[in-house]
Amino acid sequence: MSQAATASPPAPARTARGAGNTGDIIFEWACRGAGVLVLILLGAIIVELFIAGLPAFRAFGVGFVWSTEWDPVQEVFGAGVSIYGTIVTAVLSVLLAVPLAFGVAFYLTELAPPWLRRPVGTAVELLAAVPSIIYGMWGFFVIVPAFATYIQPTLIDTLGELPAIGFLFQGAPFGTGIFTASFILAIMILPFIAATMRDVFEQVPPVYKESAYGLGATTWEVMRGVVIPYTRVSVVGGIMLGLGRALGETMAVTFVIGNANRITGSLFGPGNTIASLVALEFGESETGSLKLSSLLALGFILFVLSFIVLATSRYLLRSRLKA
Amino acid sequence: MSSITLSAGAVPGPRKDPEVALRLGRRRKTTDVVIRMLCVIATLIGLIFLASILATLFYRGFEAMNLRVFTHNMAPPGSEGGLLNAIVGSLIQATLGTAIGTPIGMLVGTYLAEYARGSRLGDVVRFVSDILLSAPSILIGLFVYQILVLPFGGFSGWAGVVALAIIVIPVVVRTTEDMLTLIPNTLREAVIGLGSPKWKMIVFVCWKSAMSGIITGILLAVARVAGETAPLLFTSLGNNAWSTDLTKPMSSLPLAIYAFAGSPFEDWIALAWAGALLITLSVLLLNILARTLLRGRK
Repeated sequence: MSQAATASPPAPARTARGAGNTGDIIFEWACRGAGVLVLILLGAIIVELFIAGLPAFRAFGVGFVWSTEWDPVQEVFGAGVSIYGTIVTAVLSVLLAVPLAFGVAFYLTELAPPWLRRPVGTAVELLAAVPSIIYGMWGFFVIVPAFATYIQPTLIDTLGELPAIGFLFQGAPFGTGIFTASFILAIMILPFIAATMRDVFEQVPPVYKESAYGLGATTWEVMRGVVIPYTRVSVVGGIMLGLGRALGETMAVTFVIGNANRITGSLFGPGNTIASLVALEFGESETGSLKLSSLLALGFILFVLSFIVLATSRYLLRSRLKA
Repeated sequence: MSSITLSAGAVPGPRKDPEVALRLGRRRKTTDVVIRMLCVIATLIGLIFLASILATLFYRGFEAMNLRVFTHNMAPPGSEGGLLNAIVGSLIQATLGTAIGTPIGMLVGTYLAEYARGSRLGDVVRFVSDILLSAPSILIGLFVYQILVLPFGGFSGWAGVVALAIIVIPVVVRTTEDMLTLIPNTLREAVIGLGSPKWKMIVFVCWKSAMSGIITGILLAVARVAGETAPLLFTSLGNNAWSTDLTKPMSSLPLAIYAFAGSPFEDWIALAWAGALLITLSVLLLNILARTLLRGRK
């Protein structure tokens, strides 16, 4: 190769190739530089949030994570309530969204007539495009009144009477609260989970399904016996993706969660999440104050939480990414 | 193999009871039908939510929509304000954010598809970009607050632009990489075989043939940042007066909606609905446009 190049290269050809090489080197390094910039960006977000939260971590120690106090007057801050609210709303929203998302994905891959698949699929995906603040407004002006007048009184009268789990459904039907926030979150993450499930269901080799149908299995039996075992890992990955999205949702939750810094046993009680607390309290914090630092420390904790969940999701979905 | 097939008619064990078989079959069919029904209902529920959101927006939004929304700035309650400054602020910030984020995202996507296939660094970049894609946007706001608002002494339109640009990058990375990987290698080999340097191959052939896909990504990115509220809360803050100065706090539609929807004043809430209708319509239209472009490609 090099021998051939040094043997008899015509001079103009060499300059042309040389120019191309310079362009190549510049372009390749521009691309690589942009790639590294993305890495630096993520690193910088983590480091900046940690540094900014350091005064709070120093002042309150590790106890910051589970302390339930939030008293701006005494300057005592703890993350316990908002971490509890974040995790409870996110998990509850996943529990509500997964059955729906499974139904949608099953319908779109196996049941719907082909001409209906694209419009219905697009409509469900459009749910993901609606901005968070619109969900907040819709939740506040439509869902909250509906919950306060119809759904919550009914649930309080029925499920609230049950032993053992009854306490979860007791209290006054304000309409706002943890349950309403989870409900809105469930609608918001539904399209993400459903889209992932649909994509992986479609990747099951048709031969497997046809074999099961050939043995006389019903559609549901094919789904339960062939499709779900084949796609199990990716389905969990899709659910984790939904969980990761639910953890950090801000505007929609802020509108409907009731914003109270206490842990109530009932799901109908008010609460807050890390994101909603930061969004609400940020404007009232002075630069350099311990409160601001506590809010940024909360941001750091939220980042760690979402990072773990999203990284797990991506690890579980890796086979799908390669395909 | 053949012996099994032959003996299949006389399976050892208890005799098949037609009565039991019939009931079992009926039960399996019923389960199947019930679950099919539940799936249809689940899909309907999803569609009903979308319909309910759109219906609410159209009903309350059109009620409040008039020319004043587009010709007047935000004003105190009761004094006939509009949303002009918020609309302009949104346009400026979304445009600039996309303009800054898109080239970076395209370069990263190109790096992943053309230079880093199978490389360790490429895998890490892809992983980090995917994390950024789903990371809570409020944290990006906090980050930009730390690096741009605190050191430069105040909230500014630029800070908002940077926050939006950071959100744009991973969206564009994802679609650019996906679209470039779809291009067959024979095309690349043909171009290189003609003696073209690699960068010319990428810019004039790969990017060109992936253009509709890349534009789709950009449209989706615009749609995403147009509705972002949380990252702007701590960066461009919002501004009730007319301002196109990017070094000052700047208004935007989502921030105006947030401020107005939570207020106790009827006319402000009505304006919030008008703004919500505007933003949702543009976001959904951008999404549908992007999808149509992509379908034309496939």
